[in-house]
Amino acid sequence: MVENGWQSSASNEILLERALMLKNIRAFFDERGVLEVETPLLSQYSTTDPHLGSLQSRFRDQPCYLNTSPEYAMKRLLAGWKKPIYQICKAFRDDELGPGHNPEFTMLEWYQPDYDAGELMAELAELVTGLWQLAQSKEAESIDYQSTLTPLISLLHTVQFDSLSYQQAFIDVVGINPHKATSAECYQAAKSNNIDIPQGLGLTDELDDWLDWLLTQLVIPAFKKDRFTFMYDYPTSQCALAKITKNEQQVPVAKRFELFFGEIELANGFHELTDANEQLQRFKKENKARIKAGLDCGHIDENFIAALRSGLPECSGVAVGLDRLLMVLAKAAHIEQVISFPWGKA
Amino acid sequence: MATYSTNQFKNGLKIIMDNDPCSITENIMVKPGKGQAFNRVKMKNLKTGRVLERTFKSTESVEAADVDEMNVEYLYSDGEYWHFMDPTSFEQYAADAVAVGDTAKWIKGQEVCVMTLWNSSPISIAAPNFVELAVAQTDPGLKGDTAQGATKPATLETGSEVKVPLFINEGDVLKIDTRTGEYVSRA
Repeated sequence: MVENGWQSSASNEILLERALMLKNIRAFFDERGVLEVETPLLSQYSTTDPHLGSLQSRFRDQPCYLNTSPEYAMKRLLAGWKKPIYQICKAFRDDELGPGHNPEFTMLEWYQPDYDAGELMAELAELVTGLWQLAQSKEAESIDYQSTLTPLISLLHTVQFDSLSYQQAFIDVVGINPHKATSAECYQAAKSNNIDIPQGLGLTDELDDWLDWLLTQLVIPAFKKDRFTFMYDYPTSQCALAKITKNEQQVPVAKRFELFFGEIELANGFHELTDANEQLQRFKKENKARIKAGLDCGHIDENFIAALRSGLPECSGVAVGLDRLLMVLAKAAHIEQVISFPWGKA
Repeated sequence: MATYSTNQFKNGLKIIMDNDPCSITENIMVKPGKGQAFNRVKMKNLKTGRVLERTFKSTESVEAADVDEMNVEYLYSDGEYWHFMDPTSFEQYAADAVAVGDTAKWIKGQEVCVMTLWNSSPISIAAPNFVELAVAQTDPGLKGDTAQGATKPATLETGSEVKVPLFINEGDVLKIDTRTGEYVSRA
């Protein structure tokens, strides 16, 4: 470690911008009557999601886990109370480290009873627009107008959102319908689009692995730079905790959406599944996938299932990666530039 | 057979790729929030020096390469092999022309080189960054030619040719940067 390795890897300007972002997010929810809540970071239960890893700790002799998201606990509050709630907390994910990943990161998550996915997307767009315009106007203030003729108007960009379905994005860019495709078709599409085929990804692999590869290599890179993009209506196999309904072509889709800025994934939301039995089946299926992949079986959160049985109100919820959002607002290329002490300095 | 999983990948890790030993120079995770993770990896082929880029589905395993690096002293060449010695164990190693490569142009004996071994056989030899070699042949510089930066070719005692300033004479000992193959100064 170098001599000044104790110092924050985020600049003072960015630390200030983080404080301002948090303040404005709280003001946004305060104005709308959404209540701030806190739920445990440390739990007896671990994730069942085969693509996430819970970090393990220990209390006395009992193993316990750092949460990968506050979703289950927040839904327990929602089942008991039925009020709009939000939380800003840390989430932890094993084996996630890179330019856009830190194993400990800050998440904003909120739930709105009676909202469908579209209504929550609109609220998210409103929040992001406010934060973006503020960041842009601060940037404009710092410019010396005595020495430049740049008119203020060009700096106060109007915020643009694109919006398209997962299916449309794949048809436009890859040329396949993701709800009907096979692994073999994805392989052909990867070949004809001249992208590398990862070692270990074969024709017998799950279709979702192939779709994820095409998504990261072709679909997301085609999103417009310097602009927000919503993608919605995911394949049912990627439903996670979302409701499944039919789209206009009568094809079942997961009511799940994500928000991107350029290629940066910022948020993931659901029109939430409220059926306890269906949820339990999904967890069990995920655990089977974990075992097949040689991973530990997740500990299903029984309290969460019990809360669903007692009745979760119809609602939508979304999680926003605030470190990534700050990267966008501060135009930072690496997550280490926006976190005071990222992994390696923590 | 030792293997590494993608979550053990880091810079400098030695793996077998396309039957050759490679050293990882960059490892970036590609992962949709709720989806399958992949690793985009850049690596250097330790035999050819070529850089290749590959992607892996995460949790995929690859074969580990048994690669060592050690300092060795150059002894002599018999025309087919170049012979080196580990100065601590006195163990000798014979490297072929492929392993020695361009390094042969810069060594005459007693230089300390870095040898890379794969499964205990030499696969590459790196010359010291700077070597001192005598000029075997060069034309005399023209009297009165004072043009700045003017050079002439000179053949060194190892047979390699470098561009040198006009004032260099046969028998002068020169300092050469082996990474660029350029004259630095008189030694």
